[in-house]
Amino acid sequence: MRYLPKSPSERREMLEAIGAASVDQLFQSVPEKFRLREPLPLPGPLSEVEIIQYFQARAAENARGYTSFLGAGVYSHLRSVVTDALVQRGEFLTSYTPYQAEFAQGTLTAIFEFQTLMCQLTGQEVANASMYDGSTALTEAVLMAERLTSRHHVLIACSVHPEYRQVLATYAKNLGLTIEEIGYSSSGQVDRAALTPEKLAATAAVIVQSPNFFGVLEELPALAESAHAHGALLVTTITEAVSLGIVRPPAEADIVAMEGQALGVPPSFGGPYVGVIATREKFVRQMPGRLAGQTTDAAGRRGFVLTLATREQHIRREKATSNICTNEALYALVATIHLCLLGKEGLREMAAQNLSKARFALAELEKIPGVRRVFSGPTFNEFTLEFQRSVKLINAALLREKIVGPFALGTKYPELTKRALVCVTETIPRAEIERFAAAVRRILETPV
Amino acid sequence: MYPTDYRYTKEHEWIKTEGAVGTIGITDYAQAELGDVVFVELPKVGAKMKAGQSFGTVESVKAVSEIFSPISGEVIETNPALSDAPEKINSDPHGAAWLVKMRLADPSEISGLMDAATYQAYIAEKAREHSA
Amino acid sequence: MNPKATETELAADTNVTASRHVSRNEGLIFEKSASGKRGMEIPPLDVPAVDPATALGRDFLRDSIEGFPEVSEIEVIRHFTRISSWNYAIDLGMYPLGSCTMKYNPRVNEFVARLDGLGTEHPQQPAEASQGCLRILDDLQKCLLAITGMDAATLQPAAGAQGELTGLLMIRAYLESQGNPRKKVLIPDSAHGTNPASVVIAGYEVQNIKSNERGQIDTDHLREFVSGDVAALMLTNPSTLGVFEERIAEIAAILHQRGALVYMDGANMNALAGITRPGDFGVDVMHLNLHKTFSTPHGGGGPGAGPVMVKKILEPFLPVPVVVRKENGQYALDQNRPQAIGRVRAYCGNFGVLLRALAYTLAYGPGIRQATEDAVVNANYIRKHLEDSFDLPYNLPSMHEVVFSDARQKKHGVHTMDIAKRLIDYGFHPYTTAFPLIVPGAMMIEPTESESKEECDLFISAMRAIAEEAESNPELVKTAPHSTRVGRLDEVAAARKPILRWKP
Repeated sequence: MRYLPKSPSERREMLEAIGAASVDQLFQSVPEKFRLREPLPLPGPLSEVEIIQYFQARAAENARGYTSFLGAGVYSHLRSVVTDALVQRGEFLTSYTPYQAEFAQGTLTAIFEFQTLMCQLTGQEVANASMYDGSTALTEAVLMAERLTSRHHVLIACSVHPEYRQVLATYAKNLGLTIEEIGYSSSGQVDRAALTPEKLAATAAVIVQSPNFFGVLEELPALAESAHAHGALLVTTITEAVSLGIVRPPAEADIVAMEGQALGVPPSFGGPYVGVIATREKFVRQMPGRLAGQTTDAAGRRGFVLTLATREQHIRREKATSNICTNEALYALVATIHLCLLGKEGLREMAAQNLSKARFALAELEKIPGVRRVFSGPTFNEFTLEFQRSVKLINAALLREKIVGPFALGTKYPELTKRALVCVTETIPRAEIERFAAAVRRILETPV
Repeated sequence: MYPTDYRYTKEHEWIKTEGAVGTIGITDYAQAELGDVVFVELPKVGAKMKAGQSFGTVESVKAVSEIFSPISGEVIETNPALSDAPEKINSDPHGAAWLVKMRLADPSEISGLMDAATYQAYIAEKAREHSA
Repeated sequence: MNPKATETELAADTNVTASRHVSRNEGLIFEKSASGKRGMEIPPLDVPAVDPATALGRDFLRDSIEGFPEVSEIEVIRHFTRISSWNYAIDLGMYPLGSCTMKYNPRVNEFVARLDGLGTEHPQQPAEASQGCLRILDDLQKCLLAITGMDAATLQPAAGAQGELTGLLMIRAYLESQGNPRKKVLIPDSAHGTNPASVVIAGYEVQNIKSNERGQIDTDHLREFVSGDVAALMLTNPSTLGVFEERIAEIAAILHQRGALVYMDGANMNALAGITRPGDFGVDVMHLNLHKTFSTPHGGGGPGAGPVMVKKILEPFLPVPVVVRKENGQYALDQNRPQAIGRVRAYCGNFGVLLRALAYTLAYGPGIRQATEDAVVNANYIRKHLEDSFDLPYNLPSMHEVVFSDARQKKHGVHTMDIAKRLIDYGFHPYTTAFPLIVPGAMMIEPTESESKEECDLFISAMRAIAEEAESNPELVKTAPHSTRVGRLDEVAAARKPILRWKP
């Protein structure tokens, strides 16, 4: 077997050196009745080319080559081949967690750069080395707010990603944390009137997403002011990080829980992605996840180490800020390299293109009779439209034309049937936007 | 090494009483076990404690030690120097690196604590156990 | 670095960092930044440009991102290539880290993960356009169930720790459905730190149980601890000492008699795959670490995946969505599960990692047993050759890992961390130091099956040489490493006054 570097004679030599008559002897401690006598019924073994053929066959069974107007928390953006060329280097790919700092300065330097970039993007003072994804980053941010305020109740806008809210509910159930949902206004933004002084005074945090699940930007400075006036924190989550290329960063938020997938990480059917928590320096000891810190060696040379580890499970065990251990380091590296390549101007330009393409698509779609825009608030690269027909039916027809249609909001919001969330990024050529609009028009003109 | 007018606990805290007020810290043995101290977490002024209750932590790079109140009472002062200079705990654990001052709820609790000689015997025994 | 030092002086400095080599003196990317440079270009806009100020209003606009890097493509390639040379990696040599299972990361796995039509798929696209992805998940599930002997699985958890939490939440839900969720989870003192941390997040209390003199679960006294308040025992098998819990059937029976469950931390599955199945010896729920046993790359700290395998009684409580194959042969994500514990993360899991694990499993097929055997042979071979030099605290049969202690070297003032740092000078990554907690001065060594006899011999001679040095020249060991770009770093200063980002 090509992954096993032993010849049969070497195996014999080693067994002899150990003093075992056979390899079975080395498994004596497993009770006889539990030892398998037959090989496991597994498919394979496959050679390298057979493995490739298997996966190519699977790739052909998906939406390869389709044009997609899906966003809803996961975004397709341009990425450079340079990123994969670098992360596939064995020194990054096959390296371990940098506990032994002297032997891992590559990883630690890159983490320090990642933390810096996340601070610059979000306008916050410190950022960690990654969480699993945006949904768990948000959950951990909420638990952090609970620890900081000692209040056990939170207010969350229902325009926060539905799956993120589900994850928070799953974790919160056993921790005595109560969650109250706040609705949205006609602008699509969180209903500020529902954030009463009584509610705010009892809550650890107000939680919003911006751009939110409907694609609408929230007014964060005003929300922060209301929350702070009553001793509550503002926790913001961001699922479309590219928006930060032109949109005002959430500097007034106390904790930002961001999904970094949009920063050069492929959609990959749901993961792996990269979450990050960014916050104020004064909260750093309550932050979960790893942190790389700058220091020096005895000769005064600059280096980086994992620091403030007493927050973490391997030291604090049951009193840790979180149970997180393995996180998403390689994808933090992907985001770091991607942002270094794009740079200040590139990210701004990419964001501006998203805005222009989305507005163009909106204009084209609004020309179709019976299609109207929902929610009046400002949007980035996603917007909500109302159709006169079930979105599922429209999408089924679009699929036949190799178009993956927009997200049917009715699947998560029962009051929003026949509404769809359309996402347009810089990757979609004008001709495809026009083809999409033409297809939708045709579908709507066809009687059911 | 261990001031004779202090009293000591099994968890390596010391307390020096002046009337109804006790000054509390951790012993030299504790700081040596911990290594370089990087952070100290103290209770708020006004917090009420029972004897044996955990009231904070002392952290090194690799470990966290809880601090237990030797007596019952109310915290009336915390040492302001420790947030900027936690290393004082290593250099002067019995003096400048006191942690909190408390008003004793029940001064008779002091008699249940070890004196310097008993404490020194206690840690000598611990040292023997470790090297066994 | 002293720029005025002569070449002779520099060469005499045993620490390589003192050289003038550009790779050794690479700064941060921000320090190379200059206005107007760009590393990546985007095709020109093909629709009318919209002015952000007009479209969003000034209140929603940001100023340019201060301090953000502006560098060219070549500078990005050089920067990251140079800093990568400061890392150790499996591709360079052995990581003898106990319970980490640092095995070879097959390159075909990287290739297939990047295929057009796999890495490109959106998790919310319709099931009929995702049959390839869903089949990959279902095929992986079937393989993992066969290997573990369990009945049902969730592929959602992003890492072992998340798998632990998911399993514990399912235990709670099951016990609640039986009328009483109970209060405590028993954890041996040899457990990995994520175990107690996960227990607390699941809303349970941790009850630590002391290992017996063999470093194993104290089965003779276990019954006393299993009160009506105990929901589960969380154990690692083989233990973190690398020793199989021979009385596992008895242990499981004690828990089951009291209506409690057995959770197995599958971190050490590399000793069991193809040899025995946890489902056969009494485990009700367990997680696997795909970034350990199943070869997915560690990437400097993740991603991972921690799928959870359960017995039938726990199946109703699996988090949504569950990957299923319908009667008509179509694959789907089943969201309609009324007793599910909820959802532990957005979407269905770390698909890219799951895909790589399937590629690994397909490469071996039923021959996976050979990998397990080689791993156990390697660990025992190393153990045999180091028993004379290092103290072995528990003289029990080792499976895929062995734990020594620094007891002999301590006499010369040399501790496990020093020996570990000196190992770096021999070109090896350190073993796991100071864990498990029940062994003071622990040295936990797991070679994995990816090491040849030659690599094992090199490791053995390095360790023997260091044992020798600990006696004859302890200072050399205590001040190691001497061959890396930086020496031992000041962790105390890093924790006292944390600097967690670059500032201009």
